[in-house]
Amino acid sequence: MSDTQSPEPKGALAKFLAASPDSVGKTIFVAVAVCLVASMVVSAAAVSLRPVQETNRLKDKQVNVLQVAGVFEPGIDVTEAFAAFEPHVLELSTGNFVDDQFDPTTFDDIAAASDPELSVALDDDPAGIGRKSKYRVIYLLRDDAGDLDKVILPLHGYGLWSTLYGFIALENNGNDIYGLQFYQHGETPGLGAEVDNPRWKALWNGKKLRDDNGDLQITVAKSQPAAGPDFYIDALAGATLTSVGVDNLVKFWMGDAGYAPFLAKLQAGEL
Amino acid sequence: MSQTKKEMLVDPLVDNNPITLQVLGICSALAVTSSLQVSMVMALAVIFVTSFSSFFISCLRNQIPGSIRIIVQMVIIASLVILVDQILKAYAFEISKTLSVFVGLIITNCIVMGRAEAFAMKNPPVASFVDGMGNGMGYGLILLLVGFIRELFGAGSLFGVTILETVNNGGWYVPNGMLLLPPSAFFIIGLIIWAFRTWKPNQVEEREFKIQQVEAH
Repeated sequence: MSDTQSPEPKGALAKFLAASPDSVGKTIFVAVAVCLVASMVVSAAAVSLRPVQETNRLKDKQVNVLQVAGVFEPGIDVTEAFAAFEPHVLELSTGNFVDDQFDPTTFDDIAAASDPELSVALDDDPAGIGRKSKYRVIYLLRDDAGDLDKVILPLHGYGLWSTLYGFIALENNGNDIYGLQFYQHGETPGLGAEVDNPRWKALWNGKKLRDDNGDLQITVAKSQPAAGPDFYIDALAGATLTSVGVDNLVKFWMGDAGYAPFLAKLQAGEL
Repeated sequence: MSQTKKEMLVDPLVDNNPITLQVLGICSALAVTSSLQVSMVMALAVIFVTSFSSFFISCLRNQIPGSIRIIVQMVIIASLVILVDQILKAYAFEISKTLSVFVGLIITNCIVMGRAEAFAMKNPPVASFVDGMGNGMGYGLILLLVGFIRELFGAGSLFGVTILETVNNGGWYVPNGMLLLPPSAFFIIGLIIWAFRTWKPNQVEEREFKIQQVEAH
């Protein structure tokens, strides 16, 4: 194409290529052709890579469920280990499983939060999420004898820069925390992103949600609240707003708007 | 351009570095250099985009109408960037999570546009490819340097492997938290530019103003 100066081009294509690129017809042609080719390349890449990307996302979420339940070890077969977890679709307001309405293996509760049929707008919104899905996918982990061992509940809320998505694992009494972990967030590396620090995450183990009167006492704060050390997680140094966000979102999801009806059932031994 | 291909490739590393001499592409250099691994992936992504966008734009250079040339260049660059983003999401999921929006922002990286407009529009495809690759590598070199300093002193590790045991994990090293924040890269890049220009004084720009010497009587 570099020899467009060659004299007397032959054939329609050669004439077209040799024509001045600044004519109106050629300008439109080049614009359309470039856009067509580019859009084909982009859509081909997006479509052909989507299955791999979906698998990655799903696997990442499964790894996080395993980690929060404390059964993850590097190198294990994630799919196989994940099969031990029993997924259920939970209706938040009643605390009942509605597995007959939705398939728990495919239901997407994050997408459901933007579906007006399946979600409600929040007036009182400490977690900063705008809308809440009426249904969430939770996981039950049973021990070898078939008794309930842990429940894994998804939660999310706004930190400083981003929405944090994570899981909390509770013991079978529905009150003792086994672990908390976020699988997706955009907090500042080294400050807010220290929510991923194993030492900080370890603080959650063994804490309690509610006191003997049934009041929600769990707190992430700089200093210990009156309720005592069982309900207190030390806030992250240098990440006040992320810590406040985590405090809000845990309180929101463990409270009446969140999993409280389900946890009450769990404590009453109805599962 | 009477440069050989090798000069085109090596020149932008030190003598004509897009970051330190031309001071282009600073914005993303601030954002993605908090860890070495992320810097490296970003550097590879930019090298890929600069070399191939220069190549394709150069192939089309005699057909691109002057009135819409910037848009045509942007379409080519943007498609390549989306391609990189999709590939990262499929095969390097963890890293694409950290890079998030910054891969997309390669589109606006001044180095890519700069090479397309200044070089690829006037030179044959292979030369443009080499030039794009050289400039991408020049960018990548600075990115790795900054990433090295920031991760080592900000988090006490390199490529995620602990080198200096931090106090948070029971060691002795108190990490410099500021190095993990984007502004610190300003200081580091500034110091690198200083070092480069001390080493190669011909990179020092001429002053735009001179304070007038008042004759003493």
